[in-house]
Amino acid sequence: MTWKTFALAATTTIGLAALGAGMSGVRADDDKGGKRVRPVTDQTVIEECGACHMVFQPAMLPARSWVAVMNGLADHFGENAALSDDKVRAITDYLVANAGDAGGRPNRMVSGIAPGEAPLRISDTPYWVREHRGEVRPGAFEDPRVKSKANCVACHRGAEMGSYDDD
Amino acid sequence: MKAEPKRMGLALVLLAALTVPVLAGAARQPILDGYAAAAKAGDAAFAGFSAARGETLFQTKFAAGDAETPACTSCHTDNPGGTGRTRAGKDIAPMAVSKTPDRYTDREKVEKWFGRNCKGVLGRECTALEKGDFITFMASK
Repeated sequence: MTWKTFALAATTTIGLAALGAGMSGVRADDDKGGKRVRPVTDQTVIEECGACHMVFQPAMLPARSWVAVMNGLADHFGENAALSDDKVRAITDYLVANAGDAGGRPNRMVSGIAPGEAPLRISDTPYWVREHRGEVRPGAFEDPRVKSKANCVACHRGAEMGSYDDD
Repeated sequence: MKAEPKRMGLALVLLAALTVPVLAGAARQPILDGYAAAAKAGDAAFAGFSAARGETLFQTKFAAGDAETPACTSCHTDNPGGTGRTRAGKDIAPMAVSKTPDRYTDREKVEKWFGRNCKGVLGRECTALEKGDFITFMASK
């Protein structure tokens, strides 16, 4: 093999690999820095939300969703997650300030949500559904090692640090 | 003389190992005292907490709470020293004080979790007697 045919073969391989990546759902907007979401830095949010589930990044829901979630803690997806008023206020403020539509600029994770809708679950957003459709076997979420769609870290090991590059 | 720093280091490690549980125990006592006072106020015949009653509370399956969590053991496993799991799939540190020494040392946290979980498991608030029995059982484990 001359170096020219080798270079051609190498280029073709890289091209096919890139095509393969494109077909697995990685889109151009994800290439800018990959699928990374700013992780939570607030200690109260980390402690209180993280006691029961992964500390979800506020950028994954619009502010109106976070307000609805925080107003319903007495029945939080079937769980009593009631908190003192001052903690509810502090956590809501943080979630709203860092929501996916903070500053009136919806990010790619919340832009598909209809204006009148305030989904309570990240897994109900059009972005989440699109990202997992076809890639994850529906039964996978019932696997005892996963248990729930809320358990991002079961598959995305770096999810709590905001890294979703591993899909 | 050369052995001095090493011995001192060992002494410090031992001191730390002994101090953490002792301090935690000291922080736990006022919480138990508070429940004892409340239990006595409710029943003059109150004669102290019981680890055995606490164990029964921990293991009992109740019918009035949420269907998914009939007992403490639904999430905490039936072994007080075991690592539990929340409905969202996150690990819960063991309830046994020997495994998690800082358990039941923060009054606000203790009240928060009894407040949430008694309603979810028993379908009502826990009494001061039940809370004291529960902590006494977990402190013995």
